[in-house]
Amino acid sequence: MSYYEVYSQYKSKVFNDNTEDIKSVILADNVSISQFSVLLSVAAEKYLEEIAVRAHELTLNNFGKTIQLYTPMYLSDYCENRCAYCGFATDNNFKRNKLTLKEVEEEAKFIASTGLKHILILTGESRKMASIDYIKDCLGVLKKYFSSISIEIFPLTESEYSELVSCGVDGLTIYQEVYDETVYDSVHLAGEKKNYNFRLDAPERGCASGMRNVNIGILLGLAPWRREAFFMGLHAKYLQDKFPDVEIGISLPRLRPQAGDFKAPYVVTDKNIVQIILAVRLFLPRVGITISTREDPQFRENLLSLGITKMSAGSTTAVGGHTLNQGSNQPQFQISDERNVEEIKGAIERKGYQPVLKDWLQI
Amino acid sequence: MSEEDKLEDLLVIAKKEIKNRLFIGTGKFSSNRIMKEVLEKVKPDVVTVALRRVDTGVKSDNILDYIPKECLVMTNTSGARNAEEAIRIARLAKASGAGNWIKIEIIRDNKYLLPDNLEVLKATAILVKEGFVVLPYMSPDIAVARKLVEYGSSAVMPLGSPIGSNRGLRTEELVKIMIEEVNAPIIVDAGLGRPSDACRCMELGCAAVLINTAIAVSPDPVNFAEAFNKAVASGRQAFLSGIPAQSNAGQASSPLTGFLRE
Repeated sequence: MSYYEVYSQYKSKVFNDNTEDIKSVILADNVSISQFSVLLSVAAEKYLEEIAVRAHELTLNNFGKTIQLYTPMYLSDYCENRCAYCGFATDNNFKRNKLTLKEVEEEAKFIASTGLKHILILTGESRKMASIDYIKDCLGVLKKYFSSISIEIFPLTESEYSELVSCGVDGLTIYQEVYDETVYDSVHLAGEKKNYNFRLDAPERGCASGMRNVNIGILLGLAPWRREAFFMGLHAKYLQDKFPDVEIGISLPRLRPQAGDFKAPYVVTDKNIVQIILAVRLFLPRVGITISTREDPQFRENLLSLGITKMSAGSTTAVGGHTLNQGSNQPQFQISDERNVEEIKGAIERKGYQPVLKDWLQI
Repeated sequence: MSEEDKLEDLLVIAKKEIKNRLFIGTGKFSSNRIMKEVLEKVKPDVVTVALRRVDTGVKSDNILDYIPKECLVMTNTSGARNAEEAIRIARLAKASGAGNWIKIEIIRDNKYLLPDNLEVLKATAILVKEGFVVLPYMSPDIAVARKLVEYGSSAVMPLGSPIGSNRGLRTEELVKIMIEEVNAPIIVDAGLGRPSDACRCMELGCAAVLINTAIAVSPDPVNFAEAFNKAVASGRQAFLSGIPAQSNAGQASSPLTGFLRE
């Protein structure tokens, strides 16, 4: 069975068919799938404060007053896809880069000097330029510096994921970007990424391969957000039910300016993002929720007490952006929070939370 | 029991004399500084630390630097999904100088965070043989508890309710049976949300309780921890005093059959 079967059951669902009392949904011990859609409805917008109180309580009980920090490291920006919204798209003309192992080590040394122990390594989607063997070589270097390594690369087969797990990877981040199949097809113009189902099943293959954490997400702004958030939440639940020993997380990246002339077709406001976070927290109290540096500092800080469990810090979205070629390489997208790790740690502490730099160890 | 005996009411685990029966978990606090204030106020004999959080390589903010020297640090295997991972974490803890007390925590269920008793059994058998002082966290089950003791665990730590739920001692009937039947200290770990929950455990005859979430996420952790401290001491004192049985009916102060003794 694949999540596609679950998705297919619900894809003709009419939203905003709110027939349930929202206040009873807020108090429910276990929020059902239909109640989750109620929490995402227009009608629920009037109850955001009440929902926020419950979401805050659930987050505190499950995760405590802690926020885990990580940083992304871009290894390669070579890409064979044409995704309408992405700065790395193959038809964007810029000088492509791939870190040498020496450069990987320099970046690793710098990031490790900030105290961070969790790293997310990223590549564009090019099996030729950022091969599994290249990634394995990079892991050999990174393992010396970090206690947890996650990957955000092109979708792999289960055995390829297992291979990387055996080389020290413990987390997988892979976003479907958009669950609506028509929109998916229209924004992924060419390349392997056009294969909706291979990508949709990648988180499941990651779970089966022995990953400890699997993180899914939607790119907000590509399609109507209530439906998209519903299908992401359902996907997280599907994975959590099927793989109870894997920690499932979600991310809510919102489209940011990037190279090319793509404009987000749908506006997603701060209030909308808050509603998604709250609804997901009530539906899946144990799921991790990441907010990236796509969002500005003030908004990120305000989200802390609503259900966020993980934040990136000291981020860059360009290859070698931590130490080499600072500012000269093409970023995948613009970030809005350029604070370094110390500044973000300080901001989290001022909010009454403990920034956690290490929450795993290589065993 | 004499006053002197009451003063010497010690829990002894692996030759360690434990006066304070409130064990404290160190995750989830808003800062290491607040955690330290809690520990200085409560003066627990035993605290648990997740090895996954320990970073001995950092100059500041190493959690171990915030734990008073008088506390015995019991490393927990948080994050382990099976016996093999728990064993590896325990060995890493020992190798890093964290001592040989280990709380075995094996969770394959990320939704409810309920422990996997079968894997806990396997890990206990091996770690005891390797010389660890093993305190396993488990779902209350009399057969598993007996096996754990047979394998050499130094105590058994059943959950009161799921971790972080603050629901209190929902497993009371099972815990009561364990106190009666299991030949080892019973320490309720997880789910206790209020001082009255901890007091209840102690009144029943638990050897100790372990609290983390309720204290760590309290708006006033230091005060709330002290309230737990008093509740644990009070519950223990009541247990030692002998608690009168409860009855649905009133008891006549002049017994109905009193005349038979006249």
